[in-house]
Amino acid sequence: MFLKHKYVPILVTITLFLAMFAAGSFLYTGFFSLQVLMNLFVDNAFLLITAIGMSFVILSGGIDLSVGSMIALTTMVSASLVQQQGWSPAVVIPLVLLMGAVFGSGMGAMIHYFKIQPFIVTLAGMFLARGFCYVISIDTITIDNAFYTNVAQTKITLPGGSFISISAIIALAVAAAAIFIAHYTRFGRNVYALGGNEHSALLMGLPVARTKILVYTFSGFCSALAGVVFTFYMLSGYGLHAVGFELDTIAAVVIGGTLLTGGVGYVLGTFFGVLIQGVIQTIISFNGTLSSWWTKIVIGLLLFTFILFQRVLSARRSVLKQ
Amino acid sequence: MKSIYKHHLFWPLCVLAALLLFNLFYSPDFFSITFRDGHLYGSLIDILNFGSPLILVAIGMTLVVATSGIDLSVGSIVAISGAVACLSISKASDQNMLSLILLSVLMAIVLSLLLGVWNGLLVSAAGIQPIIATLILMVAGRGIAQLITGGQIITVTSDKYAYIGSGSLAALPFSIFVVAAVLIAVTLVTRKTALGLFIESVGCNPAASLMSGIRAKWVLISVYMFCGLCAGIAGLLLSSNVSSADGNNAGLWYELDAILAVVIGGTSLNGGRFYLLGTVVGALIIQTMTTTIYMIGVPPEITLVVKAFVVLAVCLVQSSAFRAAIASRWKTRHYPGEKEITRHVS
Repeated sequence: MFLKHKYVPILVTITLFLAMFAAGSFLYTGFFSLQVLMNLFVDNAFLLITAIGMSFVILSGGIDLSVGSMIALTTMVSASLVQQQGWSPAVVIPLVLLMGAVFGSGMGAMIHYFKIQPFIVTLAGMFLARGFCYVISIDTITIDNAFYTNVAQTKITLPGGSFISISAIIALAVAAAAIFIAHYTRFGRNVYALGGNEHSALLMGLPVARTKILVYTFSGFCSALAGVVFTFYMLSGYGLHAVGFELDTIAAVVIGGTLLTGGVGYVLGTFFGVLIQGVIQTIISFNGTLSSWWTKIVIGLLLFTFILFQRVLSARRSVLKQ
Repeated sequence: MKSIYKHHLFWPLCVLAALLLFNLFYSPDFFSITFRDGHLYGSLIDILNFGSPLILVAIGMTLVVATSGIDLSVGSIVAISGAVACLSISKASDQNMLSLILLSVLMAIVLSLLLGVWNGLLVSAAGIQPIIATLILMVAGRGIAQLITGGQIITVTSDKYAYIGSGSLAALPFSIFVVAAVLIAVTLVTRKTALGLFIESVGCNPAASLMSGIRAKWVLISVYMFCGLCAGIAGLLLSSNVSSADGNNAGLWYELDAILAVVIGGTSLNGGRFYLLGTVVGALIIQTMTTTIYMIGVPPEITLVVKAFVVLAVCLVQSSAFRAAIASRWKTRHYPGEKEITRHVS
């Protein structure tokens, strides 16, 4: 083998993405264009941002189920403050980002200090955020603030005639920053160490408490940012936005080759995991006869294949070690 | 006296009693049960009737949690089972044929058992973490349910099918008898045979139980199968209660409510111990809470906030780190050497 073992899952993900894109290009005319590729970023910007936050959580050996509700809460808070209270977006956007980060760090602190399973704490967080949406309003709040509509409609033309939205640029920037944080900073190393073995990380003198809380803070921040992007996308606040989104996010991370037990995986994998989900949706919409629920079934199948594939790989690795 | 409040049902029952007491003060006719046309009517009966699918799902979930697993796919199985039964009934010309109803119900139950086996195989044979293994079916299951219903809401006009979820036997809703039958059966099987002990030992330490001769794999598969079965029956109850199947919304959030009921009932998510009656009380608490919130006139969506605080409170109470933190607050006297000693002792 010329390849290092650790790169196999991510290469499979990238190959799968290329294969699916190629298949789409052969099957449907007009599929193979830069614009279709750009649309993957435009339509999945919020998924990409959330999935990046989730990757850190999963790399650290946890899970965050509250992301979908956090997005809904962000849209709701932004919509009600901008639309009903007449606040300026320049105040509202930092405020909701702060809210997300504080919410995440609260959950992280609970997980760390009270030793409650992340699954349950973030489940409660999910209920709480969704519930707060309804406390604000049960109905949709439409946003017609000039700033939001401008950002939503701005198209940045790229050389070659295709265009991209501001949201997509935000998402790409977050992805770039996340890759840097994960692989070139002390915090990133700590996250991998924590996911590999929490006890060893503690014995090595790594700041386990700080890392764990920061991971959930980052995820909360990312989902709030995704919520802001989602607000640009939908131009409304609604308590039922992004229902079941946490599962799409986890699926994207897993398809990206990150091990759910923590410690193994790449942010770049998540990036391609999101793109694969986008390609599935694009193919289904190009086909036109398949109904949208096929997306769920295909994603379920992909999840299954990838998880099984990871099991086989890790089983082989343990055999090799012996 | 100490044995009473040390009992695992003490706190759940207290919460339930407090909720009921609140209702009594808030609306005095909450407890009134009237007898009309051979049926009993009243809020309490409603709680039992509408709560029965949740109780069923939660009973199945209890056993899964006891093996330190979790089953996220129950909501999807609820939707699939209702969809299959309704589809096969709606296709027939005479929707009231008894054999047709029985066949449809049987089909739905067999399918949900198979889905349970699928989950069980992923967890036991493939060795995938339960959360993830059942996540697959949770995501894909909704798609499958919508595929079966064709994205529509299938309605059936069958009195016999409607009887399962909304008919009444001996003046009580029929669904209560279904729940009672399942509860009695599973209590007998787990507490009067060694199976319950096997489940608990697999939850404590799968490797050790395998060494002591327990077929951990079979225990796991049968537990997930049973959970699938319970979800399937719950799906039948739900869909027959409204005489329709909705692939999108049937059983939505059921997995979370069921887990909540299990946790409230005192079963630890770390596995190794389970309390079936506690789970039933937990499910009743959730249903009573929902009914109460409807009755007060608060928008029902606020239930989520209340549930969030209940989950947190219950988990905090179960967390030994939290209890220790509280206990050290209560203790007024600190000895300087104490910390040092405990560090070496533990």
